[in-house]
Amino acid sequence: MEAIVFWFAALAALVGALGVVFQRNPFYSVLFLVTHLVALAVLFLLLSAEFVAAAQVIVYAGAVMVLYVFVVAYVGGLEDPLTEPSPVVRVLAPLFAVGLFVELCVAIAGSSLKALDSHDAKLAPGFGSPEQIGELFLTRFLIAFEVVSLLLLVAAVGAVVLARREPGDATPPREWG
Amino acid sequence: MDVVWYLVLSALIFCIGATGVLVRRSPLVILICLELMLNAGNLALVAFSRMTGTADGQVFALIVMIVAAAEVVIGLGLIVAMYRRRLPMDVDQMSELKG
Repeated sequence: MEAIVFWFAALAALVGALGVVFQRNPFYSVLFLVTHLVALAVLFLLLSAEFVAAAQVIVYAGAVMVLYVFVVAYVGGLEDPLTEPSPVVRVLAPLFAVGLFVELCVAIAGSSLKALDSHDAKLAPGFGSPEQIGELFLTRFLIAFEVVSLLLLVAAVGAVVLARREPGDATPPREWG
Repeated sequence: MDVVWYLVLSALIFCIGATGVLVRRSPLVILICLELMLNAGNLALVAFSRMTGTADGQVFALIVMIVAAAEVVIGLGLIVAMYRRRLPMDVDQMSELKG
């Protein structure tokens, strides 16, 4: 049963990833990314990481994707010049990707990790629960937690500064009304 | 399922994302492909967390998600700013490092 769910979710994640890369229309790319993220959430559940799965669906598929869809709708019409890049890149990019994949597989196979082909470490009862994650965040990873909150604040301020309309800007791209 | 399969899937998704970053030209789609690569890393982190039986990997994955959200916000802000200034939506044409 677990294997069936894994293969279905893996297939959905791969189809989503390929769709993101090979769709011409960025709007469909975003929709494929949502598929991909939901499939990944299923995989997280299989790995008994319930809180991460819930955060994945709520934060990514909920909030971040809405942001993407808004920007795609705002910028939308200009997306056409997505023609083929230069022939050198077109040939070299897939070669690079295949080489990277082979290299990563060699790294996985060569990393003599004993538990690699048996995933049954003994799990504590509350493994992956919000209580455990929260406790780790507020004890062992307190500094990372604080730094990340500062990062979010900086990002929010930065986005406001970047997207602000300045006096020297071109006229608004679209007439209202 | 063995952890190996999760790692192989993660490597595959990472490579697909890398291809997208190289091949596509619209900055928006490049950002989405970066998301793919970050998520592949997350999958590997959570798989390792399951393998060792400690939740540290899940904390790492959550922090990666927060960093990704910050990156998305800044990237989309840049794209909106580019659109406001009527710059071409093509990373190949944006080769001058001036405003």
